[in-house]
Amino acid sequence: MTVHNLYLFDRNGVCLHYSEWHRKKQAGIPKEEEYKLMYGMLFSIRSFVSKMSPLDMKDGFLAFQTSRYKLHYYETPTGIKVVMNTDLGVGPIRDVLHHIYSALYVELVVKNPLCPLGQTVQSELFRSRLDSYVRSLPFFSARAG
Amino acid sequence: MAIFSVFVVNKAGGLIYQLDSYAPRAEAEKTFSYPLDLLLKLHDERVLVAFGQRDGIRVGHAVLAINGVDVSGKYTADGKEVLEYLGNPANYPVSIRFGRPRLTSNEKLMLASMFHSLFAIGSQLSPEQGSSGIEMLETDTFKLHCFQTLTGIKFVVLADPRQAGIDSLLRKIYEIYSDFALKNPFYSLEMPIRCELFDQNLKLALEVAEKAGTFGPGS
Repeated sequence: MTVHNLYLFDRNGVCLHYSEWHRKKQAGIPKEEEYKLMYGMLFSIRSFVSKMSPLDMKDGFLAFQTSRYKLHYYETPTGIKVVMNTDLGVGPIRDVLHHIYSALYVELVVKNPLCPLGQTVQSELFRSRLDSYVRSLPFFSARAG
Repeated sequence: MAIFSVFVVNKAGGLIYQLDSYAPRAEAEKTFSYPLDLLLKLHDERVLVAFGQRDGIRVGHAVLAINGVDVSGKYTADGKEVLEYLGNPANYPVSIRFGRPRLTSNEKLMLASMFHSLFAIGSQLSPEQGSSGIEMLETDTFKLHCFQTLTGIKFVVLADPRQAGIDSLLRKIYEIYSDFALKNPFYSLEMPIRCELFDQNLKLALEVAEKAGTFGPGS
């Protein structure tokens, strides 16, 4: 089991943070373009899912998987989106994504007066805490990355 | 436990077959007296609740029936315009049934091609080499399973999140497609499937899968 990468978007589609661990393939486009493509895909999936659903939804879209990876999605009521790509063996990790939002993003970015909201997070503390939290996850393998 | 619907999408992203197998009832009927305490709005040729969520009636729900007469679009089955009818105090008390708006065939076509592109983007954004597109998409109310054949046809099944055995059902649908659509001399490739035997066998396969998958572990 392994974690490939993590995206953090705000409600306007700005990529607040991106980090990767075991990523073997790049999308072949500039990073900025990749963020836009990812946000656009999630935006469309959200509208797709809300139209397709036979019942009223609470949490909405949770995850999707392909033959090689699984994308986990968590959105707060304020529109912050946490997206983590892992391999297929990882089960539901809503609590992990919620922890990244509530214990890391809110504590170290929102409550930090030096971090302007709505643009890429510059805080070194946030980056290193996030990195060590993800590395400490039980499904984060120690494979050379 | 249920299978909600089946979609078949051709390699260009066009919807060539769609079947609604089971739609859970999420409807609320209530009798109202004159000033209607809900705000209704016309949206996409449908009358939707815009404000005033209460008693199982949610924002975004559509007017499905008035006094037991079905509503299609903005007109009732007997030809009256919904908003006009509800704006007239003489028609009250009135009983209105609300529920999630059903997908029109146009919307189904649009959603099918939308999924076609999401599928492609899903594989482009992969962090691993050689990834397929979206095979399973999970939400709290349903799971969408997709199987793409080597020739590019996509079979999409919407089912309850706890329904098991969808992977084998998708292979079975492919088999039914090969047997009853492709081998039908009147069927032309990539075109909408209108074959009676395909219909019959697909419905049968859905029934079998629903029963078989009931006790299995979540797929």
